[in-house]
Amino acid sequence: MAAISREEVAHLAHLARLAVTEEELDTFAGQLDVILQAVARVGEVAAADIPPTSHSVPLTNVLREDVVRPGLTREEALSGAPDAEDGRFRVPRILEEES
Amino acid sequence: MTTIAPLSYEQAIERYEPVIGLETHVELGTRTKMFCACPTDFGAEPNTQVCPVCLGLPGSLPVANRAAIEATIRIGLALNCTIASWSRFARKNYFYPDMPKDFQTSQYDEPLCVDGWLDVEVEGELVRVEIERVHLEEDTGKTLHLGGATGRIHGATESLVDYNRAGIPLVEIVTRPVPGTGSRAPLVARAYVTELRDVIRTLGVSDVRMEQGSLRCDVNVSLNRPGQEWGTRTETKNVNSLRSVERAVRSEIMRQAAVLDSGDRIVQETRHFSEDTGDTRPGRSKETATDYRYFPEPDLVPLAPDAAWVAELKAALPESPRLHRRRLQEAWGLSDHDMQSVLNAGAVELIEATIAAGASPDAARKWWMGELARRANETGTELSSLTSPEQVAALQRLVDEGKLTDKLARTVLEGVVAGEGTPAEVMAARGLEVVSDTGALTAAIDEAIAANPAVADKVRGGQVAAAGVLIGAVMKATKGQADAKTVRELILGRLGS
Repeated sequence: MAAISREEVAHLAHLARLAVTEEELDTFAGQLDVILQAVARVGEVAAADIPPTSHSVPLTNVLREDVVRPGLTREEALSGAPDAEDGRFRVPRILEEES
Repeated sequence: MTTIAPLSYEQAIERYEPVIGLETHVELGTRTKMFCACPTDFGAEPNTQVCPVCLGLPGSLPVANRAAIEATIRIGLALNCTIASWSRFARKNYFYPDMPKDFQTSQYDEPLCVDGWLDVEVEGELVRVEIERVHLEEDTGKTLHLGGATGRIHGATESLVDYNRAGIPLVEIVTRPVPGTGSRAPLVARAYVTELRDVIRTLGVSDVRMEQGSLRCDVNVSLNRPGQEWGTRTETKNVNSLRSVERAVRSEIMRQAAVLDSGDRIVQETRHFSEDTGDTRPGRSKETATDYRYFPEPDLVPLAPDAAWVAELKAALPESPRLHRRRLQEAWGLSDHDMQSVLNAGAVELIEATIAAGASPDAARKWWMGELARRANETGTELSSLTSPEQVAALQRLVDEGKLTDKLARTVLEGVVAGEGTPAEVMAARGLEVVSDTGALTAAIDEAIAANPAVADKVRGGQVAAAGVLIGAVMKATKGQADAKTVRELILGRLGS
């Protein structure tokens, strides 16, 4: 059985706001399936004494003191923006998120 | 569609039992943001407090703010929570331009604090509200919608975004569902948010101002028939004052009861509270089920608060507001009822500060709970915006020094509230000082005696009560600016009785 269905790939593409064609769905579903199955093999060797790992370095509590440091000027901040107005980033309208 | 007949609140509560839950967001008052060193000043020019980290620029890496972590642990401790010995941040993925990273760094299944409680007083009884979790995340940017009506997203053609607020540490406090409060549900919700605000303010980790958005509240409500399973809940957002918390719960109970009574079912949805109408309106539909694809944030290492660190933070916690209030009540010698009135008026801190500025507890309470509370009620303003504890203490000092009578002091207070200056300035400007010049008083007394010879004879003959007419005449002549007791003594002395 496939590790990921075509429908799941379509759903993920929608969540990631990726425009994926019907053909690409077939291609990606097949490719992702191979990747997921390869990753799933890790589970076969994981024993109870091996905790799941999210971070590869054994560090905790890396913290910063609460001291202000200069960031970007407004001009610098907006310099990469496709559009700006009144010192703000200008973005296309947001659909169907709120009433 | 079925017609829905409205129910009164009493009818709704008679037929259904409410279960409430509250999610509160608190913006921390740290100097810098959660994951970068940008300042957090309120009201700065748009996009002047930003850097590559909070703008989500490629290659930037976040580092957690120690002060924010400690503040969150302190909030957890003050809410009787267990502090997790292992806690991670997670990415909450979504597409909305209020976060330039396209995800919000939050906490998911490993919050910093869990399983606490907060006792709140409602109508003299303690209600325990259980806390499910306290977690740390970052605030979003502010969007301004163009083209729609007054900044609303509906009909907007474009949006402008300011990322100054993006990345400011935000603590989310989630209660467990609170059943069994019956008709008091709206009061319990309000009392909880009030108490939570006081606890957090006492910790000094946030200014917790609802009107500025540093304290925000979402209200969950469901109804069920007595003895039956809990119903479907709705979540109401945009509740921006303590009064609105109470109103939102109440109106949602009435709305849901009417829907259920008509045979319809409640839709699980997010609703918005309207300050103007006092009711809730449907908001974002939950049909497109939110799928945030949470996963552990790989750029931030886990938090593992050790016992010594937590113990150190716990040892430094201030007295809880409830204990503090109890201590004040004793010190001020107030009955439960009187203390409750002071609390309801939001006058505790004002009275405390007035006493600290030199007034007696009785005098401080008298001004804030009398003249000033009445005025706040009449004008619908906050008590604290009328005048300051220092001014009230200064006013009382003038009374204690005999320069003002109580009556004159009330007039002076009017001037102070109207912004005419300090009590001493108003007293001088309006010429309200007590006439203590004995010469002027004696002249007025002589006049009064001359004008009322029959009354004067009665007083001479021992009918002391008759002196009232003379006192009245003198007070009139001095435009009420004499001390009635002094006048009485002078008259009696003059008439030899």
